Amino acid sequence: MKKLLCYMKGYGRECVLGPLFKLLEASFELIVPLIVAAIIDRGILAGDRGYIVRMCLVMAALGAVGLISAVTAQYFAAKAAISFSARLRHALMAHIGTLSYTEIDRLGTSTLITRMTSDVNQVQSGVNMTLRLLLRSPFVVFGAMIMAFTIDAGCALIFAGVIAVLCAIVFGIMLATIPMYRRVQGQLDSVTASTRENLTGVRVIRAFCKEGAETEKFDRKNRLLTRMQLAVGRVSAAMNPVTYVVINAAVILLIHAGAIRVQQGTLTQGEVVALYNYMSQILVELVKMANLIILLTKAAACGERISRVLDVKTSQRDGTLAPAGDAPRGSVVFDRVSMHYSGAGADSLTNISFSAQPGQTVGVIGGTGSGKSTLVNLIPRFYDVSEGGVWVDGVDVRDMRKDELRRRIAVVPQKAVLFKGTIRSNLLWGNESATEEDLHAALSTAQALDVVSAKPLGLDEPVEQGGRNFSGGQRQRLTIARALVKKPEILILDDSASALDYATDANLRRAIRQMENPPTTFIVSQRAASVRFADLIVVLEDGHVAGMGTHEELLRSCPVYQEIFSSQFKSAAAAGKEVH
Amino acid sequence: MAKKNSLRSQGAVLRRVLGYIRPHLPLLVLSLLLALVSVALTLYIPILVGRAVDCIVGVGQVDFGALRTILVAIAVCALVTAGAQWLQNVINNRITYDTVRDIRRDAFAHIQRLPLSYLDAHPSGDTVSRMISDVDTFADGLLMGFTQLFTGVMTIAGTLGFMLTLSVPITLVVVLITPVSLLVAGFIAKRTYSMFRLQSDTRGEQTALIDEAVGEQKLVQAFAHEGKTLAAFDEVNERLRQCSLKATFFSSLTNPCTRFVNSLVYAGVGLAGALAAVSGALSVGGLSSFLSYANQYTKPFNEISGVVTELQNALACAGRIFELIDEPAQKPDPQDAKPLGEVRGEVALDHVFFSYTPERRLIEDFTLRVKPGQRVAIVGPTGCGKTTMINLLMRFYDVDAGEIRVDGIETRALARGELRRNIGMVLQDTWLSSGTIRDNIAMGRPDASLDEVIAAAKAAHAHSFIKRLPDGYNTVISESGGQLSQGQKQLLCIARVMLCLPPMLILDEATSSIDTRTEQKIQAAFAQMMQGRTSFIVAHRLSTIQSADVILVMRDGHVVEQGTHEQLLARGGFYHQLYESQFAQ
Repeated sequence: MKKLLCYMKGYGRECVLGPLFKLLEASFELIVPLIVAAIIDRGILAGDRGYIVRMCLVMAALGAVGLISAVTAQYFAAKAAISFSARLRHALMAHIGTLSYTEIDRLGTSTLITRMTSDVNQVQSGVNMTLRLLLRSPFVVFGAMIMAFTIDAGCALIFAGVIAVLCAIVFGIMLATIPMYRRVQGQLDSVTASTRENLTGVRVIRAFCKEGAETEKFDRKNRLLTRMQLAVGRVSAAMNPVTYVVINAAVILLIHAGAIRVQQGTLTQGEVVALYNYMSQILVELVKMANLIILLTKAAACGERISRVLDVKTSQRDGTLAPAGDAPRGSVVFDRVSMHYSGAGADSLTNISFSAQPGQTVGVIGGTGSGKSTLVNLIPRFYDVSEGGVWVDGVDVRDMRKDELRRRIAVVPQKAVLFKGTIRSNLLWGNESATEEDLHAALSTAQALDVVSAKPLGLDEPVEQGGRNFSGGQRQRLTIARALVKKPEILILDDSASALDYATDANLRRAIRQMENPPTTFIVSQRAASVRFADLIVVLEDGHVAGMGTHEELLRSCPVYQEIFSSQFKSAAAAGKEVH
Repeated sequence: MAKKNSLRSQGAVLRRVLGYIRPHLPLLVLSLLLALVSVALTLYIPILVGRAVDCIVGVGQVDFGALRTILVAIAVCALVTAGAQWLQNVINNRITYDTVRDIRRDAFAHIQRLPLSYLDAHPSGDTVSRMISDVDTFADGLLMGFTQLFTGVMTIAGTLGFMLTLSVPITLVVVLITPVSLLVAGFIAKRTYSMFRLQSDTRGEQTALIDEAVGEQKLVQAFAHEGKTLAAFDEVNERLRQCSLKATFFSSLTNPCTRFVNSLVYAGVGLAGALAAVSGALSVGGLSSFLSYANQYTKPFNEISGVVTELQNALACAGRIFELIDEPAQKPDPQDAKPLGEVRGEVALDHVFFSYTPERRLIEDFTLRVKPGQRVAIVGPTGCGKTTMINLLMRFYDVDAGEIRVDGIETRALARGELRRNIGMVLQDTWLSSGTIRDNIAMGRPDASLDEVIAAAKAAHAHSFIKRLPDGYNTVISESGGQLSQGQKQLLCIARVMLCLPPMLILDEATSSIDTRTEQKIQAAFAQMMQGRTSFIVAHRLSTIQSADVILVMRDGHVVEQGTHEQLLARGGFYHQLYESQFAQ
């Protein structure tokens, strides 16, 4: 939390002036009971009407001055808090941009989104309220006590005692209930989980006729939640009544002690009224402070979470090299590569070596979890290898500047995601300065011309968030086009044709091969049909190379490939022959 | 007109809420009585204090005897008030939380009765938020708001009454100045409303951007787009900063301004009271009581204006919950539901018509006869409506016209449970409930012994991986089975059906998310299960398709062809085309 304070830099003036004006306002409030005392003692008892009028005008004037200082304080507090949160959001966004895939995986994107939105908002209101109130409430409480001392030291001792007792009660109840509330929250989460589970699993639950049993289970959780809520409610319900009793007990003591002193002549009637007024102010401020502390603990927890994100440092150091111009464009070499995800139990890739020449097509095939995506993710250095090295255009990717490296490579990920904007703005992600012809060519290669022509606005058709207004197959082809606009040296299709039918998939591959400067293309797939015409097929099983070569070679020598191929082809081919 | 409607429906919602509170009516009445007591006493104490002050006029003029009586009275009042307040809080908690519990219970029970058509059409997140956060907001707002409103009104009325007994002219001063504070608050609220709208719109815009940029951060980095994304973000961030500052600052003026009005009231009462005291119309103690009232009189006004919005909000939330609870349930099972008895597994679909929405017709006049033990393969491109068949067979949805019969009995004449118990279902979307592995396998037969569970797991080829889990069969899997792989989850789902082995099966073959080895295991488990059972298989593998007794070819939700593999190939239709496309280059 302390680390976040640096984002407050430059707003020091606001941070000092805000509370200061707030204290000024509070001071004026503290003067009021003294004036009332004076009105009683000097105005009423002496029958001085002029004095009373003057003093009441002073009170009104104090109110006006208080208003001005309060408005000033609110302004400075709001300005500091809001500028702070704006900077914090900027810092988070910039920081997330520097993280590598390893850190993004570990933190999780949904967590990052929560940090940037609701957590920052909580911190913002925490800062705002701190600047406004944190000093004010103790100031009024202790100020009231000091004012009491100026009136009568003996009676002021009652104040000291009451403040101590009230603090003990308020904070004692808070401390007792905070863990109880946390448990209630935990139980509420469990009720939520139960509800969600029953919605997502409704088919299975009904298929097994478990509706009744599930309802019973839910009822048990629900009733436990109610019991816990009632338990904590009973404790926290005591806060107001107990403080009320304490304050009134103090008032009784005060009046009694005051009466004795008035009898002796050391105190006036007006001063007793003033002491009584101070006592009321203390109660109001203590309740405010208790609420403020709850808010602050929440904000501090959020701040803590944010600073933990900011503390995460990227595990990759950027390289410095840019390969020389005469090196072959688009060559990729894997040299005894092993890869181990941080926190994983075993290697995801073990000892992989192969090389791809510029313009070649490399197919990567294997079952789920065999390491296909991991392999291609190493080329743009989304992750770093644990052993060995990946070389692009003759340079180890760890030595190359990241922007330089990624400029050469275009990736079409498994999940076809478009961004809010237009088709055109999405395609331009690949290359800001692409011409109309470039876009057309890319769309044509990606078999996506009909997607665009079907839309009334063509390239300027709006895209909703996530590309919701396009079907899966349309999105997939547009993401391929987006990658092609980049005119990459290396193109990675990470299982990106899965939403395409076989014929479109085949047309796409043919079109890429027929491009003017065909990129080195990596095709990751589960379908033998998608990779069978590649120059080189890498067959992966459990992170090991199970075979490597052309389709014909692998069919002869690689049992894993034979198995994959036959499950998808052979029986079909045999059956097909029978019919024809 | 629209407003009238919403008002009427608000009234309807309120009546429903009262229905839930009715069992607690005695408690509610008691709570209101306690509120009455505590408000009256809270207001009475300043008067007592005033009288006490009047007992201590000056040197040698202190009436200790009277003072003691008054102080004892204050003590008694304070204790009774505190007791009443506490009891009232506890009772309110009880009413609130019990009502919440009952509403949640009814909502949950209703979810179990809702037709699948509703659940499929409504995102589960929305329903969850209705059941959890809406109910919470409702509880906080309505019941707390209700008591606050009541005590607020009581306090205002009581204060007015007490002040009138003390002095009519000074009361008039208070009554005339106080509304100014409400006017000021209302003025500020109106002016800041548009600023808040702008703020929440901008915030929404920024959240959408964050969702996209952070959610797809990997893609952003893959295209080296970090800089541009940050620039776009900064632009929105700066706009948000500016409009937030305005909204926050102007809205934070409410408090200082109302406080200022209050201090004017205070000064006014001080002036009028002191002048009255000089002329002897009011005692010093009376003045002191007045000043306390001046302090607390305006507070309920501010609270009440807050409470009204809170109440409306609460009613809106309650409306959303009742919408869920009032959603028509599926047709109840017939009273005279027939038992199925020993099922042979003969399934007949007779001139079945079905569609999800009337505008888009799907299955039309579809007829199929399946003999006991036959295998039916359902094939077609993704999204062609293969799950529709599952929905109809399991009676997740009912046919619009025509009949589905099992062993000659119309399925709608059966209790749903009776039908479903006789069909084992394994879906590709593998859902496990949170609990132990054993509980999950024993879902269909909770009384099964551990040996039976293990036998089922062995038959499903799941035993070997379960054995290797940290706690074996007692391993607790969290919601959605996080730590298991997709293939393992599928094997558990198969084991779940293995344990009951009903006479009919519905199987959804895995497509791509499972590795070859596990897939072979699953195929073996499927094959074992299907022995002698009528099976419907959503098929992706050619081996399954070719060995099927009947193939249903689906396209865009329609059954376009029907027959054996050879018949369909010979026909040269869509199936032939689908089949050939696999060999395209």
